[in-house]
Amino acid sequence: MLKTLLSILLASVIVNNYVLSKFLGICPFLGVSKKIDQATGMGLAVIFVMLLATAATWPLQTYLLAPNGLEYLQTIVFILVIAALVQFVEIALKKYAPALHRSLGVYLPLITTNCAVLGVTLNNISDGYGFIESMVSSLGCGLGFLLAMVLFAGVRSRVEKAIPPVAFRGIPITLISASIVSLSFYGFAGVVDNLFGGAL
Amino acid sequence: MSQILFAAGALAAIGLVLAVILTLADRFMGIKTNEKEAKIRECLPGANCGMCGFSGCDGYAHALAETPGVKPNLCRPGGQIATEKIASILGVRAEYVEPMVAFVHCGGDCGKNGKKESYAGLSTCAGAKMLYGGEGACVYGCIGYGDCRSACNYQAICIENGIAHIDARKCVGCGACAEVCPSHVISVIPKLAVPAVACSNHEKGAVTRKKCSGGCIGCMKCQKNCPVGAITVVNNCAQIDYEKCTRCRGCVELCPVGCIEVLNTDLK
Repeated sequence: MLKTLLSILLASVIVNNYVLSKFLGICPFLGVSKKIDQATGMGLAVIFVMLLATAATWPLQTYLLAPNGLEYLQTIVFILVIAALVQFVEIALKKYAPALHRSLGVYLPLITTNCAVLGVTLNNISDGYGFIESMVSSLGCGLGFLLAMVLFAGVRSRVEKAIPPVAFRGIPITLISASIVSLSFYGFAGVVDNLFGGAL
Repeated sequence: MSQILFAAGALAAIGLVLAVILTLADRFMGIKTNEKEAKIRECLPGANCGMCGFSGCDGYAHALAETPGVKPNLCRPGGQIATEKIASILGVRAEYVEPMVAFVHCGGDCGKNGKKESYAGLSTCAGAKMLYGGEGACVYGCIGYGDCRSACNYQAICIENGIAHIDARKCVGCGACAEVCPSHVISVIPKLAVPAVACSNHEKGAVTRKKCSGGCIGCMKCQKNCPVGAITVVNNCAQIDYEKCTRCRGCVELCPVGCIEVLNTDLK
């Protein structure tokens, strides 16, 4: 059991990294990765929201949608629920944990309907994970997102200092460096499977 | 058909439940933000420069709204206009805000300052500074790679002829440039018609003279002749105390190397 969970966690952090190998959540990945502190804030907020969203949508799917034959409403219901949940959490945070709200608050509305968050919840269902497995997988995906953001913020601060040819300045060089970072993550493919003897 | 209706109905029901939850949450847990604070925040320029002594514009607006006795004239980028608006919101009297401007205390452009090395590293001042203080013969002056230009939120800085120039019309005096300058040649001074020393070199006169023809040689002429004693030569470089300076500009004519300039006589 523990072995499975560990392999799910590692696989979702490294091998199936949402940003770098599934290309979900590219918008915040390119938008908020200019500075490491902002990237970290965004990454932490994403972990938080992914865990919350999974905790809410997995029971919803298992106990409400699936028994009533409403699986086809999955996507739209998940969007609704996640958006409302994040808004609710924002209000609650503002009231009961203002310090946390100040550090995460800016990012929360940005990721209410982020595709990486929705993707995690949907993939957890389609991979047939149980509740604990789903939570671990969301944690892993969030950590993977944080890792990608922080790594890329570091890469980007180096790119800003360099002088690329005029045609490559700005977005093009950012996309090229993102693709190189993504390529480097391909080196991890198969590592986790071999580590755990194909437990996945 | 019935399936469509059922799906739509189910979604509408979920939406309604969520809406009710959110409304209740806002009613019972919502925090009323101070109306004054939001209004004051709108008057502030949003530069988040920290010149007011609070943590950014939000912090200053919060302090103004919540703490009595915080003065409304602390925002330098906002200047007189912001102060008057804030004072009218708070219902207090506006006090005069002296408009400020950043000034580069260096006149050693390519024609005046000699070269001592050829630098080909990172094109930032901070990088060049680390390698023996940059290309120029004078290690105290402006390096001219424009770290200040990147730090400026108002596009008020341009690099011309190897040194930074500040456009006083755009500059709001927030001092963001002064913070990033690795040579510390930028300071924030009163904006209108003041004399300013365009040199930061602290070496002896003869040494300065060999390196840069525009540098302050510390001859003390300005210090001796200033009628109000506003100028002191510290470590071979003249410094002006703007609390005392009467803007008479006598020093400008006196300076034998011409490194005291008058700022913005044309601005009102």
